[in-house]
Amino acid sequence: MKISRLVVQEIAHRFVNFVLAVIGVSIAVACLVASVTMIDAGEIQSQKLVAEGKTESERLVAKREKEVKDAGKQLNDEMRKITKGLGFNIVVLAEDEDIAAFHAEGTPTRTMPQEYVDRLAKSPIVVINHLLPIVTKKVEWAEEKQTIVLTGTRGEVPQAHRDPKKPLLDLVPKGKVVLGYRLHHPRKLKPGSKLTINGRELEVVKCHPERGSVDDVTAWVNLEEAQEMLDMENLVNAILALECNCATVDRIAEIRGEIAKVLPGTQILERGRKALARAEARNKAKKTAEASLKAARTSGEQMIASRQANADQMIASRKAQANVLVPLAVVGSFAWIVLLAVGNARQRRGEIGILRAIGMGSRDVLVLFLGKALLVGLAGGAIGYIVGYLVGTGYSGPIDQSLFDLNWLLTALLMAPALSAAATWLPALVAAGQDPAVVLQEQ
Amino acid sequence: MLISLDHITKTYTGDAGPIVAVDDVSVSVEAGEFVAVVGPSGCGKTTLLLVAGGLLRPENGEVSIDGTDPYSLSGEQRARFRAEQIGFVFQQFHLVPYLNVLDNVMAPALVTGETSARERAGILVERFGLADRLGHRPGQLSTGERQRVALARALLNEPRVILADEPTGNLDGDNSEQVLQALKTFADEGGAVLLVTHDPDAVAFAGRQVVLQGGQLASSES
Repeated sequence: MKISRLVVQEIAHRFVNFVLAVIGVSIAVACLVASVTMIDAGEIQSQKLVAEGKTESERLVAKREKEVKDAGKQLNDEMRKITKGLGFNIVVLAEDEDIAAFHAEGTPTRTMPQEYVDRLAKSPIVVINHLLPIVTKKVEWAEEKQTIVLTGTRGEVPQAHRDPKKPLLDLVPKGKVVLGYRLHHPRKLKPGSKLTINGRELEVVKCHPERGSVDDVTAWVNLEEAQEMLDMENLVNAILALECNCATVDRIAEIRGEIAKVLPGTQILERGRKALARAEARNKAKKTAEASLKAARTSGEQMIASRQANADQMIASRKAQANVLVPLAVVGSFAWIVLLAVGNARQRRGEIGILRAIGMGSRDVLVLFLGKALLVGLAGGAIGYIVGYLVGTGYSGPIDQSLFDLNWLLTALLMAPALSAAATWLPALVAAGQDPAVVLQEQ
Repeated sequence: MLISLDHITKTYTGDAGPIVAVDDVSVSVEAGEFVAVVGPSGCGKTTLLLVAGGLLRPENGEVSIDGTDPYSLSGEQRARFRAEQIGFVFQQFHLVPYLNVLDNVMAPALVTGETSARERAGILVERFGLADRLGHRPGQLSTGERQRVALARALLNEPRVILADEPTGNLDGDNSEQVLQALKTFADEGGAVLLVTHDPDAVAFAGRQVVLQGGQLASSES
């Protein structure tokens, strides 16, 4: 017979004692495993929440980016269209043009060669976009006895280094005229109507609505026709241009510098601040959109941070609970096993006495008690792990992945017997050290 | 000389002061001899038996079991020595309650680890009429059967010496006789039996009786 048989037989004989000890160990192990499982579950849930938050945030930011991009594109398009009605924001004038007179009259009086326009168009200048040469002069409309502004225009001159853009002003064909409000309205002229300006018969192609400016008394005709009517062949008064690539504060100086390289001696004036305002508005819109995007991103980041903080708080709370619960359970279990082992040793006093008398050594008695303790620990560790795992997963709610951890199972199966053996050690030592003669005499 | 107790003195320290349980007692038992130790309660019989069994170290005197002083051995060596050389039989049987008859008989083999123990145990339970009780636990046995189990256990390792303390104290006549006859047979086969008893019938089986009185040897007669 071996000592192991004695251990097993004793367990079977005092099964309640064994079960009580196993329960004690199981509780300690279950507390530990449940705590660890809940913390692991919390970390997994936290990662999932944060990942979901990131995905959601990225989705929202992407949506917002698209909205902003679409809105920006639309705004750009609308701005471009609006540009047509706003006029030009720079004007290139002849070197000898009296700027004061120009401001007073509203129209230039000096001329420069039309060839300037082509030179400008062929240059690699990038700060201006749309070039429109005009010849304009305040004249007396002889047939109607009215002072009007006659303007000749040939539409946009394509810039050689650019992709062709849609012309901002339509070319007025020869024999046609575009009339301002104060010219067509009183005479009830409409597109298709015929009229004669200073002996030249023209057909109305377009009638502008009232603008409240000199445009209302302007008649636009083909550039060549205007040059003929005004006796200004191959001459222009001004080149209108729309600056769009230059949004610096000192934009006029920048444009002057660029144009001076191509057309030295000309004068550059800024006409009105609408285009600048528009550029600023576009910049502002862009900044607003960027701020909106940034706000969306910040909001997303805050949402993620908030979720992370909540998850961290939950995990910290679980850890704090575990820090109290697990040591309490271990200490309680240890004390419980000590009590049971002391009771068991007292109960087995006579048995140990006779076993010692018939030759069993104190070391064998220790093995007898510690063998039982190890079995208690193994059973308690296994049961405790299962219970703890079930409690932990049940409390944590549904998790996509398994929380089973082989390392913790092995830890439970190693630590629980160690705990049980440690708690049994002292009572076992006392039992092993008892004098068999005393026991036998007592009985 | 299988058992030699030479000028043994053993004192207990109690609340009322030291009590001399055995006072300068010398007893020897030859191989094949059955010696009964008798005397009134408290005269030191059981103390003398425990001293002889290597369980209670005396203050004075020398103990020799088959030429070996058990008290000269370490604790573990003395335990093994007891398992191999001495068989114990007690009035209260002292069986292990959760082991069946066969396992109780084989309990001394826990120490010696002999593989032939099961075979010898089988012979002993057969000899003591316990063959049909092998799977029973002590609680399921009669007192006579329990003592026979204890006797079989004492004989398992084929000791040279049997020390018996009131082995018939709880038995009826037939069972007592059966146990005493077994002890006598053991002695007749060359062993040494030291029997502590109050029972006059038991004394009749012994070849010699030693009388203790107040811890001292009063007489020794065949």
